[in-house]
Amino acid sequence: MSTTIPGREAPAPPSVATTARARPSRLARALPRTRRQRQMFWWGLFFTSPAIIGLVFFTGGPVIVSAVNSFTDANLLGGSRNWVGLENYSRLLQDDQWWLSLFNTFFLTVISVPLGIAVALGLALLLNWRVRGIGVYRVIFYLPSIVPIVASAVVWAYVLNPQYGVLNNVLGLVGIEGPGWLSDPAWSKPALILFGLWGMGNLMVILLAGLQGVPQDLLEQASLDGAGVWQRFRNVTVPFISPHLLFALITGLIAGFQYFTPAFVLTGGSGDPAGSTLVSGVYLYQSAFYNYELGYSSAIGWVLFVLIAIISIVAYRLVGRRVYYGGAS
Amino acid sequence: MTTTDRTAEHTGPRVAAAPPPATSPARRPLSWPRVAESIAKHGILIAFSCAFLMPFFWMVTGAFKTQADIGTFPVTWFPETITTGNFTYGLEAFPIVRYFLNTVVISVLSMIGAAFSSAMVGYGVSRIRWIGRNAVFTLLIATMMIPFYVTMIPLFTVYREIGWTGTILPLVVPTFFGVPFFIFLMRQFFLGIPESLSDAARVDGASELRIFAQVILPLCKPALAAVMLFQFLASWSDLLGPLLYLTDSSQYTLSLGLTFFQGAEGESATGPLMAVSTLTLIPVIILFFFAQKTFIQGITMSGIKD
Repeated sequence: MSTTIPGREAPAPPSVATTARARPSRLARALPRTRRQRQMFWWGLFFTSPAIIGLVFFTGGPVIVSAVNSFTDANLLGGSRNWVGLENYSRLLQDDQWWLSLFNTFFLTVISVPLGIAVALGLALLLNWRVRGIGVYRVIFYLPSIVPIVASAVVWAYVLNPQYGVLNNVLGLVGIEGPGWLSDPAWSKPALILFGLWGMGNLMVILLAGLQGVPQDLLEQASLDGAGVWQRFRNVTVPFISPHLLFALITGLIAGFQYFTPAFVLTGGSGDPAGSTLVSGVYLYQSAFYNYELGYSSAIGWVLFVLIAIISIVAYRLVGRRVYYGGAS
Repeated sequence: MTTTDRTAEHTGPRVAAAPPPATSPARRPLSWPRVAESIAKHGILIAFSCAFLMPFFWMVTGAFKTQADIGTFPVTWFPETITTGNFTYGLEAFPIVRYFLNTVVISVLSMIGAAFSSAMVGYGVSRIRWIGRNAVFTLLIATMMIPFYVTMIPLFTVYREIGWTGTILPLVVPTFFGVPFFIFLMRQFFLGIPESLSDAARVDGASELRIFAQVILPLCKPALAAVMLFQFLASWSDLLGPLLYLTDSSQYTLSLGLTFFQGAEGESATGPLMAVSTLTLIPVIILFFFAQKTFIQGITMSGIKD
């Protein structure tokens, strides 16, 4: 790059020389001047061109269309598309099914995100033990995460079956009478959460990587200073893995609001029993592809998007400042 | 490593947990507390392993049980009479070879698309200094926040308009135009390669395309492998995409076919369902055991290096 430096300084425009000579405007400085810079500009465009095309056609365009649709009565089957202003949005306010789906989504997210992080961290701590054959345990704990979600949902429908499923039988062995799980409105959400916990191996591996970045000498030092297990965990381990925990929280919240496939497969897309598994993703799917209400479902999508954005930003602000970035990773 | 260790000992051997097993017996004398601790740890790990493996066990044994065995209460852990009837029945109703091949085609093409686009774009937003670099990268990352269901319906109508519904094109083509998460992953990897390598090649007069293909890309095999593996599995498991776009049952993927199979047969066909699930799982598990390392590295890389 050193060869380009003289060229970059040279062409200061003489007309504005008196004032702007030392300090060309930001834009002027940013624009490519030398042949080299121009060349690199074209290379940059060349390499990123797939993504730029993708941004325009697969994201930008659809986002705009979706925003426009949300103010119309567009129908999936065709017909005329009329501008209805905010009608879709005001209809949402009075739509009991929508409020129910939002409640279910919140419920699942609020419970399963912290619980998922806690369980993943607990398991990662176990997998961080130095015992013989730990690699085998790591594989076993991770294995459920690679199972395609439909296949695991089909298997879990059988595991959770109240009469002849294995889970209630195991519970029966220790004297607990298992609930009806997916057939009981009060227990269908815990069933979904349990199902989610079985496959949270990715998060576990990320946290395990974080744990391995915690400096051993600090832990030893703390131990010499008389810190107990909990104190070492709270004051040494947690700060060092806090970036990983933040990552887990934000991605978990975003995923929670997009929850779809397990609820769809385990209940056949109906939201049964008694609407207890009707999450917003499923409700959106229903209104678009069962009721063909394109405009209305676009409005649902946008409200969800805004909610996710707000919640992620708030979570990031609240938790982000407590994150310690001094760690190794 | 030590966060859950016992608290008592402050003496040397704690550090000695690391060295290879050959030397450890000498440095770690077998004492009762040690043995007890080791047994306790293995006990806990085995208990959790059983919990994680239980659904697999239940699936495989269920696949070999007769309907009578499946319906008994309390459950029979192992099939009383081993039957392969579930497989013959399941395979009749569920054209697994066709679904398997459909899924392979979609997954492999998407994998190629994701590898191509994420390597190229990742390079463009990391190793080339140009004015649009940060803008493009920021925009890409920002789109990760947009939920799929915002763009899902307009995309569906557009694909229908241009006649792509009922084909695999909507599932494959977008991967050639960049998957933000994978671009991010590749970028992180590219940034870790010393700039001097590129500069040396530039001095020798190599074009950027050549530097990319012959100098930098060969160094990125681990990241590229992770991207390919993630995309392969994502396409393999995807339900919503095939559900939206594949209309003819001859095009169904394993996931989509299984969903409909479950919907059509319901609880009465638990045995065949388990048989079919078992069969669809085998390729994934084989893949996992071969590519385990790439997997774990990829997930770790996707983490938090800021």
